[in-house]
Amino acid sequence: MVNTKVDLCGIELDNPVIPASGTFGFGYEFAELYDINCLGTFSFKGTTLESRFGNPTPRIAECTSGMINSVGLQNPGVHGVIEHELPELKKVFGKKVMANVGGFTVDEYIECCTLLDKVDLIGWFEINISCPNVHAGGVNFGTDAKNAADVISAVRKVVSKPVIAKLTPNVTDITEIAVACEEAGADAISLINTLLGMRIDLKTRKPVIANKMGGFSGPAIMPVALRAVYQVYDKVKVPVIGMGGVSSAKDVIEMMLAGATAVEVGAANLVNPFACRDIINDLPATMEKYNISNLSEIIGGAH
Amino acid sequence: MTQGIYKVIKNEKLTETVYRMVLEGDTSALTAPGQFVNLTVEGCYLRRPISVFDWDDTTVTIIYKVVGEGTEKMSEWKDGSKADVLVGLGNGFDVAKSGDKPLLIGGGVGIPPLYGLCKRLVAEGKKPTVILGFNKADEIFCKEDFLAAGAETIITTVDGSVGIKGFVTDAMKNLDYTYFYTCGPMPMFRAIEKTAQGGGEYSFEERMGCGFGACMGCSCKTKYGNKRICKDGPVLQREEIIW
Repeated sequence: MVNTKVDLCGIELDNPVIPASGTFGFGYEFAELYDINCLGTFSFKGTTLESRFGNPTPRIAECTSGMINSVGLQNPGVHGVIEHELPELKKVFGKKVMANVGGFTVDEYIECCTLLDKVDLIGWFEINISCPNVHAGGVNFGTDAKNAADVISAVRKVVSKPVIAKLTPNVTDITEIAVACEEAGADAISLINTLLGMRIDLKTRKPVIANKMGGFSGPAIMPVALRAVYQVYDKVKVPVIGMGGVSSAKDVIEMMLAGATAVEVGAANLVNPFACRDIINDLPATMEKYNISNLSEIIGGAH
Repeated sequence: MTQGIYKVIKNEKLTETVYRMVLEGDTSALTAPGQFVNLTVEGCYLRRPISVFDWDDTTVTIIYKVVGEGTEKMSEWKDGSKADVLVGLGNGFDVAKSGDKPLLIGGGVGIPPLYGLCKRLVAEGKKPTVILGFNKADEIFCKEDFLAAGAETIITTVDGSVGIKGFVTDAMKNLDYTYFYTCGPMPMFRAIEKTAQGGGEYSFEERMGCGFGACMGCSCKTKYGNKRICKDGPVLQREEIIW
């Protein structure tokens, strides 16, 4: 009998597998396919204060072992999420969910998180300071250590639940941002958001994505994600959540060896809607194969 | 929606670029004509969404055009090979709204989903008229299928080599119909929107990530709010579309 449980900021997860924000909606649609209570938790669709349609289409491009998206934080806004999405989720999910929050000003993050903090179903905040697809006034909080810290400390002051800073890899030194977020009060760091990428259609000679560029994800980016998790684990004391191309139980274990306490699965859900369930089902046998009896004991084991 | 491994029992060329594939497996998730399937193609990361031509208890038939790497690989699949397919995606056409004399208008590779619709309308005692638009004679496919289903079938070709010379809208002008259903390219849709009378449904195409409503990659704005072409569509009602 193997033990897959991990502790994420004081909340025990049955396993470290977490569908990543933007690939799992608000969960209830996946609940039509399988019992989503098998998940460690999941990070819901990036929510902003106001509702957003997002970017023009086409928003999707295919790459070798991956994809580019330029959705642009389409969501019903925090009030729609609290009034419609979370009650639907509550009918099918008995665990704490991770609230993924995006914003364009520090005040927006504060207002959005303050409203969500009152929702019992929410266990953690994952603060998205790393979406490559929205640039309000040229501000990209996640690429500047001081701006990143400002958002995290502001949110930390107004919420009671653990705050996770979700970082972008599109920086020179991700550990600098991670350390700034930890010092600002982040209870955990999650990484990596997508890599800025693009494709060009040879027939039209134009970018495939309407917004020209978008976020590159999928198995192709896993080595980059793994490297970033490994680096950040060395520099911070708070837990690290690893993500980027994870598609199998082996990938989960590899990410944990690099330093991840929990592991998010993103693009894989879009190719195989049962990906997270399959990974969770495969975990025990994969652990046995690599002589792991207690998953939490391997965190950072590669260091 | 169901996911399963399907067996290719036929994969035949209909024209220079259009193929018909019959897949054997669970079809219980198909509930309406106009739905689509999403196939895994080896070497391609994302699945390929293809509309359903027809289905029965054990097989689903798709007709697809080779437009890129994924569909090119599909065209090489041999009988007996296996494919990972998500089946029963999208809303499909609303058969109940047809009235007695519905008009079905298809352009090019937009034609296939109209066949399953046509068959079901005929089975319900309706008298559908079908307009199939092509560029030229050697691109014509599926005409016999619609005739065999019992529909009055009109062909238009841009070069006039077969049937009425011109576009599908040139064949619509003097027709009397109770409701219309259409699938095809956007320029055709815009022309139909100017020509058509009364209520109808348009089946849209968009670049998709997942095909089942998770990624928000194929969203569009409608008069009834934001919709995902893959999950809330691909069929939209005429009155909700923002042109």
